[in-house]
Amino acid sequence: MTAPEFSFEVAPYRLSGAVYGALLNDPLQLAALGDALYGAPYKAPPAHPVLSVKPRNTLAEEGAAVVVPQGVDGLEMGASLGIVIGRAACRVAQQSALDVVAGYVIVNDISVPQSGPARHYRPGVRHRARDGFCPIGSQLIAAGMVRNPDSLAVRVYLDGMLVHESSTARRTRSVARLIADVSEFMTLQPGDLLLLGAAHDAPLARAGQAVLIEIEGLGRLAHRLVAGPVHA
Amino acid sequence: MKTARVAFGGAIHTAYPDEHGVRLADGRRVPEDAVVWLPPFDVGTVIALGLNYADHVKELSKELTVSAKDEPLVFFKGPGTLLGHRGHTRRPADVSFMHYECELAVVIGREARRVRAGDAMAHVAGYTVCNDYAIRDYLENWYRPNLRVKNRDGCTVLGPWFVDAADVPDPHALTLRTSVNGKITQQGHTANMINGIPALIEYLSEFMTLRPGDVILTGTPDGVVNVEVGDEVVTEIEGIGRLVNTIVGDDIFGR
Repeated sequence: MTAPEFSFEVAPYRLSGAVYGALLNDPLQLAALGDALYGAPYKAPPAHPVLSVKPRNTLAEEGAAVVVPQGVDGLEMGASLGIVIGRAACRVAQQSALDVVAGYVIVNDISVPQSGPARHYRPGVRHRARDGFCPIGSQLIAAGMVRNPDSLAVRVYLDGMLVHESSTARRTRSVARLIADVSEFMTLQPGDLLLLGAAHDAPLARAGQAVLIEIEGLGRLAHRLVAGPVHA
Repeated sequence: MKTARVAFGGAIHTAYPDEHGVRLADGRRVPEDAVVWLPPFDVGTVIALGLNYADHVKELSKELTVSAKDEPLVFFKGPGTLLGHRGHTRRPADVSFMHYECELAVVIGREARRVRAGDAMAHVAGYTVCNDYAIRDYLENWYRPNLRVKNRDGCTVLGPWFVDAADVPDPHALTLRTSVNGKITQQGHTANMINGIPALIEYLSEFMTLRPGDVILTGTPDGVVNVEVGDEVVTEIEGIGRLVNTIVGDDIFGR
């Protein structure tokens, strides 16, 4: 339950522990909802970034064993580009937003799948904020080494098999736009982590499986899933 | 014991109540308005409850698309939203309904993992007052309440005092009260929580390990009204503290 500290003891090369994740940032996720976007309980498509907080109990390191709760078939592997903030960012313009980025890491924004028409209505913390549900890669790749963060292939492997492939290109909000829209109302600090968000149709993984996420130019994040204890 | 964290004379201090203000740990006695009040403890995860008072649920029922279910409505906040006593909270010029929420804040003192309600109170270190502002104009029905409503800079006020659990014999027997410019606008009682503190700790600790410094904001009763720039908002809980906040406009932020 600790975030990777990379190699230096100062932010942004030591994460602050604050992690904010974009949800529904792939237009296909909204498209899949169809007319439900306009029905109860949503009434309208989201006008602003949809965000969640991943609290400190969710933070896990490379190699972590993430617990699949009893009674749950599989967990959603929300492979995401993690944007590490390098400078205090308040009301940053989209044009200069990449200037506040220190670098990028691979993050898995894990959740217990929810079903039903209202599954995006409430924060669903019991499904999204369980211990260890936010493994973070151990390598920070400096922003200058990533030519275009909005055009990176993202691959998810389970037990060595490629099960999902997508790209950071397909996002309602690009990296710069997300930083601009979020920093309009909340200041991001050095070491804060902002997740660009997972692709549509995030794959499910079961207890016992080895998870490997690869993002082009950022290396890999590997961890595994284990079965939870039976409750007394 | 009641303690605060304040900035004074170039350093951060632990402070104690004093007849005419505060007494710093180093012995200095200082007027209340001569220090900068910070949140009174080292804040970990901020866990907030929505719709945890029956009367407030009724107040909002017209706009709720789904009724309050058995499962508590929980959301998290990040560190940037925290503010201390006597702080200033910005009201954007374009909004029509920004309101305070007076809440009992429960601070965890001992790690809690799968704790049963009957054992839960042993994990509580103490209490403080929270004023958890919301701007309803920004509500969207996606992962509601969305962060633009509830996670704004300086919109979660904590303090002034951290009060040891030992000094609060029954946290479910406290009167809450909010006044705006001296006029009482909200009154409630912690006995009317839908999910009390032991139930909340049991619920949360089943899926997330609670650690010292984590804080549970236990929700607000009815009586939330709009506040305007210049208003002084005082949220007060019997025996816990009287938390003062002032609403300010966009101009001083250069907006």
